[in-house]
Amino acid sequence: MDVRFLLNGETVELSDVSPTLTLLEWLREARHLTGTKEGCNEGDCGACTVMVTDVEGVTALNACILFMPQVDGKAVRTVEGLAGPDGTLHPVQQAVIDHHGSQCGFCTPGFVMSMAVGHMNGARDHDDQLAGNLCRCTGYAPIVRASETVEDQPVPDWMQDTLPKAKGNLMQPESVEDLATLYAAQPEAVLVAGATDVGLWVTKGLRDLDPVIFLNRCAELRAVTDGQDGLRIGAMVDMNRLLEMMEERYPSYAEMLRRYASRQVRAAATLGGNIANGSPIGDNPPPLIALGAVLHLRHGATRRSLPLEDFFLDYGKQDRKPGEFVEAITIPTQPDRLKVYKLSKRFDQDISAVCGAFSISVNEGRVSAARIAFGGMAGIPKRATAAEAVLIGQAWTPDTIATAAAALADDFTPLSDMRASADYRLGTAQQMLERYFAEDTGDALSVLEVAP
Amino acid sequence: MSVAKSLPHDAARLHVTGAARYVDDIPTPADTLHLAFGVSTIARGQITAMDLAAVRAAPGVVAVLTAEDLPFANDVSPSVHDEPLLSDGAVHYMGQPLFLVVASTHLAARKAAHLARIDYAEETPILTVEDALAANSRFEEGPRIWEKGSATAAVAAAPRVVSGLFEIGGQEHFYLEGQAALAEPQEGGDVIIRSSTQHPTEIQHKVGEALGIPMHGVRVETRRMGGGFGGKESQGNALAVACAVAARLTGRVCKMRYDRDDDMIITGKRHDIRIRYRAGFTEDGDVLGVEFWHYLRCGWAQDLSLPVADRAMLHSDNAYCIPAMRIESHRLKTNTQSATAFRGFGGPQGMVGIERVMDHVAHDLGIDPVALRQRNYYDALGEGGLSAPRASATHPPEGISQEKKDNLTPYGMAVEDFELHGMTARLLESAAYDARRAAVADWNASNDVIKKGLGFSPVKFGISFTLSHLNQAGALVHVYQDGSIHLNHGGTEMGQGLFQKVAQVAASRFGVDLEAVKITATDTGKVPNTSATAASSGSDLNGMAVKAACDTIRDRMAAHLAELHQCAVAQVRFDRGAVHVGAEVMSFAEAAHACYLGRVSLSATGYYKTPKLSWDRLRGQGRPFFYFAYGAALTEVAVDTRSGENRILRADILHDAGASLNPALDIGQVEGAYVQGAGWLTTEELVWDERGALRTHAPSTYKIPACSDRPDVFNVSLWDGQNREETIYRSKAVGEPPFMLGISAWLALSDAVAACGETYPALDAPATAEALWHAVRRVRDA
Repeated sequence: MDVRFLLNGETVELSDVSPTLTLLEWLREARHLTGTKEGCNEGDCGACTVMVTDVEGVTALNACILFMPQVDGKAVRTVEGLAGPDGTLHPVQQAVIDHHGSQCGFCTPGFVMSMAVGHMNGARDHDDQLAGNLCRCTGYAPIVRASETVEDQPVPDWMQDTLPKAKGNLMQPESVEDLATLYAAQPEAVLVAGATDVGLWVTKGLRDLDPVIFLNRCAELRAVTDGQDGLRIGAMVDMNRLLEMMEERYPSYAEMLRRYASRQVRAAATLGGNIANGSPIGDNPPPLIALGAVLHLRHGATRRSLPLEDFFLDYGKQDRKPGEFVEAITIPTQPDRLKVYKLSKRFDQDISAVCGAFSISVNEGRVSAARIAFGGMAGIPKRATAAEAVLIGQAWTPDTIATAAAALADDFTPLSDMRASADYRLGTAQQMLERYFAEDTGDALSVLEVAP
Repeated sequence: MSVAKSLPHDAARLHVTGAARYVDDIPTPADTLHLAFGVSTIARGQITAMDLAAVRAAPGVVAVLTAEDLPFANDVSPSVHDEPLLSDGAVHYMGQPLFLVVASTHLAARKAAHLARIDYAEETPILTVEDALAANSRFEEGPRIWEKGSATAAVAAAPRVVSGLFEIGGQEHFYLEGQAALAEPQEGGDVIIRSSTQHPTEIQHKVGEALGIPMHGVRVETRRMGGGFGGKESQGNALAVACAVAARLTGRVCKMRYDRDDDMIITGKRHDIRIRYRAGFTEDGDVLGVEFWHYLRCGWAQDLSLPVADRAMLHSDNAYCIPAMRIESHRLKTNTQSATAFRGFGGPQGMVGIERVMDHVAHDLGIDPVALRQRNYYDALGEGGLSAPRASATHPPEGISQEKKDNLTPYGMAVEDFELHGMTARLLESAAYDARRAAVADWNASNDVIKKGLGFSPVKFGISFTLSHLNQAGALVHVYQDGSIHLNHGGTEMGQGLFQKVAQVAASRFGVDLEAVKITATDTGKVPNTSATAASSGSDLNGMAVKAACDTIRDRMAAHLAELHQCAVAQVRFDRGAVHVGAEVMSFAEAAHACYLGRVSLSATGYYKTPKLSWDRLRGQGRPFFYFAYGAALTEVAVDTRSGENRILRADILHDAGASLNPALDIGQVEGAYVQGAGWLTTEELVWDERGALRTHAPSTYKIPACSDRPDVFNVSLWDGQNREETIYRSKAVGEPPFMLGISAWLALSDAVAACGETYPALDAPATAEALWHAVRRVRDA
């Protein structure tokens, strides 16, 4: 495939690039720009963080799971392009030196790139900005101090990039129509949305993917409309954008998304991808199912819609025909009764052991509607129908909660694995219900909110 | 003088611009070959057939080597020659290298390595402590036992006794830069190795053995590592040897780096340990005797497990003078990765043991855990000497018996430099311990769901390699005729700031600015026979060696200049870039040039060996350590009892770096070590399945602390004392000791769980959210 992008201010044009060549590999092996590091090759450590600018703005991305066609028409900055042309350091670089924010230095290029992106975007939530960058030496404190000191410093003028014209490729359709036609004709193709999952098929699974269809240039798939049926979100909406959209509408969903992977991964990961890959531990399906979301699929000219929970048939199996793709998802308009609880070994950037989503409506002291869904409790994201049945029509009391919690044992027989035991999964799922009730009736303290 | 200044890391500017070169960043010829191991998929058995045809036929593959293809030694063990580079037919753990792929690219090598068809006669692996004890699978003939007094009798006679058994998990190093090595073949069969290693001499030694050449044919260079933490003390041998062998075979430059998953699956980690204990004590809280049983899973090869297990025993007292102690240490051989060095080198495991005992005793007696600890501390000695800074409140709390303690460790070493009375007093005051203890109690009385806890732990860590001959170091210093200085020593830079500290020493000896000193890569061709940069010894040993080299040159210069200007040698001073010779003043560069013209040798080696050491490890008696480094930490946590989710709200730390060579770098070590130590005991969980497969072999499943996991409030100070022993500028080693301050976080979690009921929480480690959730239920249901 052909690619044109801006690299540290200079236009780069490449022909016949392997569609699954990663930006990291190209930077290091072909371009000998070795400042960008490989720490894990799976998007979990951030040592390969680069700055990518497109029409939607400036983001930090993990170069290790970013395929070259994904940067077509964009501007990329690596750590080598962060200082000014005369060698003047970017404010975040100087601050890291001044605050002793580097020790072994291997994670440092990734950190300064995340910091520079945050700085450019005026971010002050440094822990969230840096959640995707692991450091094993410093304990992070000096890096955060460095981030804080540059908050009010101006962005250097050399950081402004103008976007080049994309090369465009046949396998990178620019409209949903083209995509539908292409995919229907080549149903064996692998669809690449953000590559946060497919990237690992290549870097860890060592698979050769062919053919590959890239969705990133299909702008329509990023459309969001707030209409009568509800909020319709295009499949290619990324997680950072979804987070912003949820902040007002469903703040608990947004809070879960804040802990969903990291800035870098969220910038690449898409809603459609998180649904279509059918993972039992994807974090979007539980809240979307609890919100009664409807999934829109398309094959060629044929469209169909179904309740999201019906899409997940069995472990590794979804109701998606060859050549059919996720086009959008609609969340019906409703009062916000949603709470999402994500449990993981580490707060940030960790895959859920259990993710529970609860939307329970109470009318005159009785439960009028209940939708509860979990990830991590079964082979698929799954509704807790037994618990819901126990709740509906009953008085909104601790006794009802206890009965419903007990019914979760009928809904789920979770597994034990390296993330959590079956006991813990079921037990904490039950206590999530208690937590929902407690928060609804006034006791709302989260351990994340406790002050020293 | 540049010592004692808070200068940035010497490579900080290179770090932030991406210009700092690690092994994989070094430019190499276009025809460089890349290596990958094919590894075992069973934990124990024999290879019955190995079909490598598909591997050889894979795109880009140049060669595939098995044990039979190795020309000389097939061994990468740092200790007892029990670690074949490539399996000799026996499989000892899942992930063991069986064959070596040499290919045109890293990716091609990795892909090909997965194409082998290997048949095994599988045997039942020995995976757990129980398995190993049942099979009597161990290193050494039996358990190592050290004893002070009669602990069994002391416990039996004690008014009160607590006992318990708990597990402490291992820890993956997770250095951000994975293992890497590069071999460049030279004329006449020699080789140059660039390796991400803490121990270039060991690499040189093993490569020499593998190529059948003397050490003089191998030069190893290490400019920096992207983190080491002990994980690059011996675990880099395999890559360097593989590259050397492949380079010899092909005549081309060969490079190897592990993919992260391979790195975690192949290499050793911190030893996990099971500790059983019985402790006897008085109603007042005087601990009279403690018995420990240590069970360490050492993995399949001996590696450094014996000294690691020794150091666990050596820290079973931590800061407490216990009249009678018995430690029985079992070094178990299991079909898992060969556990290896990791910051603290067993010390943390031993220390967690006694801190658990102190916690349990305090809970049993219902007395303040800090007061209990202070009561059992070693006595402060050496007043009026160089030992302690003048603290206001160095007296132990009231009510403590004034009887003088013997101040002997369980291994018979007198504790002469005990700093913790003053340090504890100052920390409790600065951290407002009493008020916060009351506030936490109030919080817990009115909150059922979220419980808070406070944990205090002191650190007394022994400084010196316990293998006494390792306590030596060399340096090589050149002064050029333009006054610039070339600095080299045997220590390696892994981020700890060693190079900068040592450069500060050199600059101070010559009275020049740091800019005059060029720090150069560690090189076995410049300084031979070095010890690993380990045991926190880097600046102690290499700082002294560099000082010796600099002083040799400076004395030669002074003698010449004094003669030239007809003054006494004592009237020659090196200060702030100038050299004062009697009434004359010249720049250092002018002085160097004058000495050159005067035919004065401006190059010198320096050498240092640590004094006062004498150690018999079999009897467990003597003085294995030159001195102790101290620290104290107070941590506050909050735990959600519904889920076990928890956070560190605040940590206050006071740490003893002696007269710090560079306070900023030392504080950096303390902050980082605390977070790493807390990670070990909280979220970092290694999980093996019943087949012996490591299930947590990537950052997606193995969770080191992330940015938001550091304490919300993080107060770190240095105890600005002086080392009573004559170390470099009276500083103290700082690499490992603060790691153990993280124990306070684990104790704080225990304290929070204890607030849920009357029963002692008896936490294991790591205290993951799930482990805490179970503990809360245990305590509540009791």
